[in-house]
Amino acid sequence: MTPRDRIRYFFSSHRTGLSVCLLALFLLVYPAWVGNPYLLGISNLIAVYLIAVIGLNLFIGYAGQISLGHAAYLGLGAYGSALLTVHLGINPWLAMAATAVAVGLTAFLVAIPTLRLSGHYLAMATLGFNIVCYTVMMQWDRVTGGPSGLAGIPHLSLAGVAIDDETRFHYLAWGAAILVLTLGLNLARSSLGLALAAVAQNETAAASLGIQVHRAKIRIFVLSAVLASVAGSLFAHCYTFINPDSFTIFNSVELVTMVVIGGLGSIWGSLFGASLIILLPEFLHFFETFRDIIHGLIVVTVLILLPQGLVSGLKDLLRMRLLRKANNARN
Amino acid sequence: MLEIDGISKHFGGLPALEEVSFRCREGMTTALIGPNGAGKSTLINCIAGTLNPDAGAIRFTGRRIDDLPCHRRPYLGIARTFQNLALFPRLTVLENVLAGLTPEAEQSFVKSLLRLPATRHRERLLRLKAMAMLDNFGLADKARWPASVLSYGDKKRVEMARALVAGPRLLLLDEPVAGLNGAETARIAMEIRRLHGVGLTILLVEHDMDLVMTVSDHVVVLDGGRLIAAGAPQEIRTNPRVIEAYLGRMSVTA
Repeated sequence: MTPRDRIRYFFSSHRTGLSVCLLALFLLVYPAWVGNPYLLGISNLIAVYLIAVIGLNLFIGYAGQISLGHAAYLGLGAYGSALLTVHLGINPWLAMAATAVAVGLTAFLVAIPTLRLSGHYLAMATLGFNIVCYTVMMQWDRVTGGPSGLAGIPHLSLAGVAIDDETRFHYLAWGAAILVLTLGLNLARSSLGLALAAVAQNETAAASLGIQVHRAKIRIFVLSAVLASVAGSLFAHCYTFINPDSFTIFNSVELVTMVVIGGLGSIWGSLFGASLIILLPEFLHFFETFRDIIHGLIVVTVLILLPQGLVSGLKDLLRMRLLRKANNARN
Repeated sequence: MLEIDGISKHFGGLPALEEVSFRCREGMTTALIGPNGAGKSTLINCIAGTLNPDAGAIRFTGRRIDDLPCHRRPYLGIARTFQNLALFPRLTVLENVLAGLTPEAEQSFVKSLLRLPATRHRERLLRLKAMAMLDNFGLADKARWPASVLSYGDKKRVEMARALVAGPRLLLLDEPVAGLNGAETARIAMEIRRLHGVGLTILLVEHDMDLVMTVSDHVVVLDGGRLIAAGAPQEIRTNPRVIEAYLGRMSVTA
């Protein structure tokens, strides 16, 4: 092996790890480069959503299921963290962890009956759960503050330094997002990721190969709910104020839109999807008014033209074209 | 090796299988034949665990398996192919075969998330094993293709490779040559004979009588959910009940 081959081999066998490192490096210098708190605020929001979107993409894109209620887990995470810190004065980190565990358990209990469903029925069941959670947040105003929300949520702090400005939160949120991205990429490339994809494409065949279909779905659903919960907690501690309007079924649809744009079963695509949906309103101001309509249009258009989602769909098209070309060259 | 003992299965009120009993002996190729709707696929689904029988017992190496969930059976060494292809269309050919190695793959969620060197090493070994199996079937050069673009014959062979890669003790083949041309059928027949040669126990459901007659040691005939005959291929060929129920009808439809 010549040194050149060796370098090429190193790059090809570590391309995923190197891409993650490159992204991390970019994000490390990003605050010094832009320095504008408003722009950092936007990229921070992308990081928070990315954590939830990666979890949801594992559930929708890899395992082939549907959830129209993931904003509920985002909300449970945010309210869990907020209530524990505001009412009980618990340390924010501890509150975040306790909430994640509780949300994981809740998701597990919800998953056992609902993941027996599929397709439209699953969509309706998850949607229903979201509406239940939203109603509780709205109506139980003595605890949750009702429609006016909860204020005065403490910032997270690390080694005595409060994470209270955009730059500090940038490092926290993107640190967490990179970690989740890495875990997601790992899972997707593992045998379990393969098993999830198998479940999505043919449950009968998957079961006959030794894959525990129901268990695989539950595990990935719980993981995605825990990630959503963590994202929700970060959201609460970043803005120090939350209200139920951030956790409606339309927010769930927004999360699904991010997954679909990024591409079903593409972890990197999730980064693209979350970025695009959060950045769009910044460029198109009318977007804010027609938000839900535009989201709907995007999802329908993408799903009709590229059922695998934008990024994955284009990737598949390219791959097929290359294969065909290679095949023609051979003949 | 495999003991089917009084298996019955009803769909709604309709009987699909009634009190079917027979055995597959170790290292033998047993063929299960019968006209359409005789219950052959239902029976294979009961053995593989895709369906649960309503009554009766299935024993594999002396152990009852009919109450075992489907996903436990590959761990005992039971593998199957499907009558209507059941590949994972968007996965590559290699990934399809890798899925057949699930019993040997990493099951821990945490380890998969962390992707430690040991896990990666294990995955690399499985990948090599899957590639070797693809090579056996002459499919190595298509390893990176999505399964959906393969020809029908190649898909059938990928299914065989996926079923065999984990080294099963009992192979259930549900119409492995249905829809294949002569050359492709001959290739599958050769593969079945090779597997027979290395001592694999095979239960074969097939309509192609030439294939059944050339590869099987023992033939079991179902009609209308009942077992009507069992014996060596030559006996079955001349059994009047079989000719009436099966061969006669087939010559009319053929």
